[in-house]
Amino acid sequence: MNDAPTSPTIDDSIAPRGAVESIGRRGWHQQEGVRAGAIATVSTVVFFGLAIFLIVNSPNWPRVRNQFFSPSDFRDAWPAVLGGFWVNVRLFFQAMALIPLAALVIAVMRSLRGPAFFPLRLLSIIYTDVFRGIPLILLILLIGFGIPALDIAGLPNDAAFWGLIALTLSYSAYTAEIYRSGIDAAPESQRAAARSLGLTQFQTLRYALLPQAIRNVVPALMNTVVSLQKDVALIAVLGVVRDATREAQIITTRTFNYTPYLAATVLFLAVSIPLTRYVDFYVARDRARRSQSQV
Amino acid sequence: MKITKPALAAAALALVAAACGSDADESAETDAPEADQSADEADDAGDGAGDGEATETDDEASGGECDPLPTVTEGQLTVATGETVFPPWMGAGEDDFDDPTTGTGYEGALVFALAEQLGFEADAVTFVRTGFDEVIAPGSKDWDFNIQQYTITAERDEVVDFSDGYYSARQAIIGAADSPAATATSVAELRELRIGAAIGTTSLTYAEDVIAPSSDVLVFDDNAAAKAAFDAGQVDAIVFDVPTAYFITAVEITDASIIGVLPEGGEAEELGMLFEDGNPLVGCVNDALAALEADGTLDALEQEWLSQGGDIPTLAEG
Repeated sequence: MNDAPTSPTIDDSIAPRGAVESIGRRGWHQQEGVRAGAIATVSTVVFFGLAIFLIVNSPNWPRVRNQFFSPSDFRDAWPAVLGGFWVNVRLFFQAMALIPLAALVIAVMRSLRGPAFFPLRLLSIIYTDVFRGIPLILLILLIGFGIPALDIAGLPNDAAFWGLIALTLSYSAYTAEIYRSGIDAAPESQRAAARSLGLTQFQTLRYALLPQAIRNVVPALMNTVVSLQKDVALIAVLGVVRDATREAQIITTRTFNYTPYLAATVLFLAVSIPLTRYVDFYVARDRARRSQSQV
Repeated sequence: MKITKPALAAAALALVAAACGSDADESAETDAPEADQSADEADDAGDGAGDGEATETDDEASGGECDPLPTVTEGQLTVATGETVFPPWMGAGEDDFDDPTTGTGYEGALVFALAEQLGFEADAVTFVRTGFDEVIAPGSKDWDFNIQQYTITAERDEVVDFSDGYYSARQAIIGAADSPAATATSVAELRELRIGAAIGTTSLTYAEDVIAPSSDVLVFDDNAAAKAAFDAGQVDAIVFDVPTAYFITAVEITDASIIGVLPEGGEAEELGMLFEDGNPLVGCVNDALAALEADGTLDALEQEWLSQGGDIPTLAEG
């Protein structure tokens, strides 16, 4: 396990043979580092330079530039698209509150043992199969248009609400499977041990299995969060929810200029890139902590 | 870079011309030296060179370039239209819903009248269906012009070309008989209601700028989405241009009726045919359209397909 200090150990073993040689080697290493850096820089510049050269010299580039990268259209679209982006942010947080809870219930239902719980297991299997099997965009269309059309008294008919429900159904099915993989990854002996101590099924799950399971699947869950942050934009297909994508689309159909989409892209990246970086950081820290605790 | 740009354009021109067939090869040979010349001039002119070429072709178009017609397929008029066309614009006959080839409906009949004026037999007219984005995205097109109630605006004209207007439509508002909108007599009374309109239409611009309701205007992708929202009770009243409003209330949203014609305001809706930017065919089609207007054909078509009976009140302004 303890493989971190490997290379210094080798260096140390070489050192007594001759200090001069070791310094020479270090210099050589440094030179190599500089050379590699220079090659990387040159190849990067050449690669991106060539890519930009090809794009800028393509026959339709002036038109593409005007239609996709127009500063004045960007400025004009920005307030409306930003206003729409808050709808995305709000929906994202609402979905983040609903999905983990729904997913946990589904995962626990599926992890119950014994013939008495068969209906619950069956329900959970059907739920995950169906909602993972339907493309999210179809689910949003079906639920967003279908359920309000039923005109059931007491149910809200707000399209954004039903879009949120559709997102929750789809994402909780995926998330439930992530939880379940975590629960299944806990050694079977843990379950047996907990049960032999007299814990009930629910207690076994609650105190023995879930704490390990959730910790194990956090990186996978974080990945889902990044994905959700973008998929919220799919609610735009309902039309009546004026999120960032929809606002951009409305302006584009009026002006025939695609730049508003660029404004929406910038907004989504402004959230998703920091989020992705944080997930990477979190996963790396978690791995480091685990490898330490295992020593 | 300034030298290579026109040179590439010339190469692309030659490629396109070569792809058009044997007759086009000759024109490619005559075009190429021209492009080379402009490449030399471009040293000074820089970016202006592209624009210069465009105006050059425009001038040629008005100067007898219409014989032979510069269509994408020689001897054929390829007309693009939307996916699902609907009356009273196209396919307005007995059993030809969503069929543009029958020449029924105002736009359908206009296409065939224009084709005749341009010297095409009816069987030389072919239709293709297009989505919104492929129409406005830059790049070569496989159709001559696109007709599906495109409103001419200055912003759009920067990216595509339009023919002269062939119809100017007023806006109307529809709603359920028992909705709060039904009793409205002025635009001001609509302000507190949930107003909807279809994306990319003048109706939407009108709803946002002239009605300016207190809540966001609901934006639908198509008639079906508008119907869904109406049935779900998500919207009180929807703005359409008058001919579409008649069709919608008669066929699609039958629970709704036309509450009134809206007063003029905002941008006037002039409908035009849409061409790829710089297409030399625009001039030829405009000449044909002017001829149809002069001999009364356009009026007759409008009478036949777009005149509706009945007294629909016009709402008061303000």
